[in-house]
Amino acid sequence: MEMSGQVAPAPVHELSVRMRKAYLGEGASSFTLDVDFTAAAGFTILFGASGAGKTTLLDCIAGLQAPEAGRIAIGQTGLFDSGAGLNISPNRRSVGYLLQSLALFPHMTVAQNVQYGLDGLHESERQTRCGQILEQFRISALASRRPEEISGGERQRAALARTLVTRPRALLLDEPLTALDAVTKSQILDDLRAWNREQQIPVLYVTHQREEVFALGENVIALDAGRIVARGSPHEVLHRPQSETVAQLAGFENILECVLVAGHPEQGTMTCRVAGSTLDLEVPLSRIDQSRPLRIGIRAGDILLASLPPQGLSARNVFAGSITSLQQRDVMVVARVNCGAEFEVHLTPGARESLHLEPGGAVWLVMKTYSCQVLQEN
Amino acid sequence: MDWQALALTLKLASVTTVILLAIAIPLASLLVLGRGRWLAALEALAALPLVLPPTVLGFFLLVLLGPRTAVGRGITAILGHPLAFSFDGLVVGSVIYSLPFAVQPLVAGFAAIDPALVDAARLLGASSSRIVFTLLVPLARRSLVAAAVLSFLHTVGEFGVVLMIGGNIPGATRTISILIFDQVEALDYAAANRTALLLLVLCFAILAALYGLRKRAAWNVWGWK
Repeated sequence: MEMSGQVAPAPVHELSVRMRKAYLGEGASSFTLDVDFTAAAGFTILFGASGAGKTTLLDCIAGLQAPEAGRIAIGQTGLFDSGAGLNISPNRRSVGYLLQSLALFPHMTVAQNVQYGLDGLHESERQTRCGQILEQFRISALASRRPEEISGGERQRAALARTLVTRPRALLLDEPLTALDAVTKSQILDDLRAWNREQQIPVLYVTHQREEVFALGENVIALDAGRIVARGSPHEVLHRPQSETVAQLAGFENILECVLVAGHPEQGTMTCRVAGSTLDLEVPLSRIDQSRPLRIGIRAGDILLASLPPQGLSARNVFAGSITSLQQRDVMVVARVNCGAEFEVHLTPGARESLHLEPGGAVWLVMKTYSCQVLQEN
Repeated sequence: MDWQALALTLKLASVTTVILLAIAIPLASLLVLGRGRWLAALEALAALPLVLPPTVLGFFLLVLLGPRTAVGRGITAILGHPLAFSFDGLVVGSVIYSLPFAVQPLVAGFAAIDPALVDAARLLGASSSRIVFTLLVPLARRSLVAAAVLSFLHTVGEFGVVLMIGGNIPGATRTISILIFDQVEALDYAAANRTALLLLVLCFAILAALYGLRKRAAWNVWGWK
């Protein structure tokens, strides 16, 4: 571990990962984790459902697990290389890894926890670095407390400080902020971003929450069943998802099996029929592979509900149907509407009242062409 | 009352306990932190004295440490006297005989520690020995107390191994349990009664203190899981 005294900025190095490993989940969820990517300095979000192989991937980068084949390196320094028989042990990788459980040492104070990784340094240097990082993460006042005596958000900060004080060459964060409220979360993210502006190292941030993707996102890698299914900016990955799994994670409540009926290249649209119905949807013209299943994703919040037949609309998809169920969830009403196919629609309690919506009542659904997202696995 | 036998017994138990902890801490750490099939064999070996009759153990040690084997002759050359029928020989025998009583509580205690803590320490650059002494031992300190007390008491109460490799030499190898055997053989029931009662009270008091500790905090004295 590089532990020089001066605060020289670490040279910027890319984290490169190319690896394969059998992932043995429960039941049918076994697959092969097979990825190849590089992460430059800054945040890279690893996005995917639980069981997509995200934690296994981080474990392999940190050295807690070994891939079956591949190469993992930071800059020119190899950490794992199956070809060369290289597998550096985790305590010599200089990879900071914040475990999901935080794993603060319960018998040590916050300061002792933070200094644990500074074993090779002089006492005075240890104190200085510990003081600095506690200050930076606003937990100086907690230095002599034990983990059980501080709040969840403070524990997150202490664990982050403990990992970062060692000045790792890459940082791995496994859903570090899942349990926190929005305010605490965004404060910690701000401090983390400020820290990384100085350090400029690759940060891999694992999450399955789309809000975090937008909050941190520079680059997003979407992982599904061990494979990278999409990468790009948060907008590219989440608003124009290609894969159904990503679409579900990104909040497309309606995913409909469809068959292509006709293309209208001159209008930039195509007509798709919802399988098992006579419902024709007009969707944006997309390049699709006719031999493979085609699905259309529509967000429940993007569908309009009308209690009278609507007229004079720009929207091309208007369907008559009836309400099968209405459910209040928090400050949102979830309506299920059958118009040959069943759709989930989200509306406000106020809208429900002013339209006098009741189960069994007749309604019209309105969907813009560009609210319909064509999904096909690539 | 044969105070010499009592002093010898306590000295033997103390020396054995110290040596046992020095062996059992790294051994238990290896069993918990290590990976590999051979660990099962090692664990079985460490538990073997638990099921083996003390006379079998004592007999093997007697032969191994005696002048018939190269090991025995080597030890005799180094020490200047054979290990058999000496206090040092008793210590060797007791350490082996009581090994499971030190290892089992420690293995249970170490294994109960959240593996994520060990991972976190590794990720912060800690070596295995640092992990043992900064995490495992402090977090399993109750198991350490249990291991020490059980090793001590088990050594105080041993008979077969001592008889086989120690014989019955006053001041050198005659422990309390041998003394009782002696007294009964000489039909001195009154003396045997006093000695036996002393041993009973001693063991009871120490165990009661140990279990009293356990009451105050839930912990596992006896490591079977």
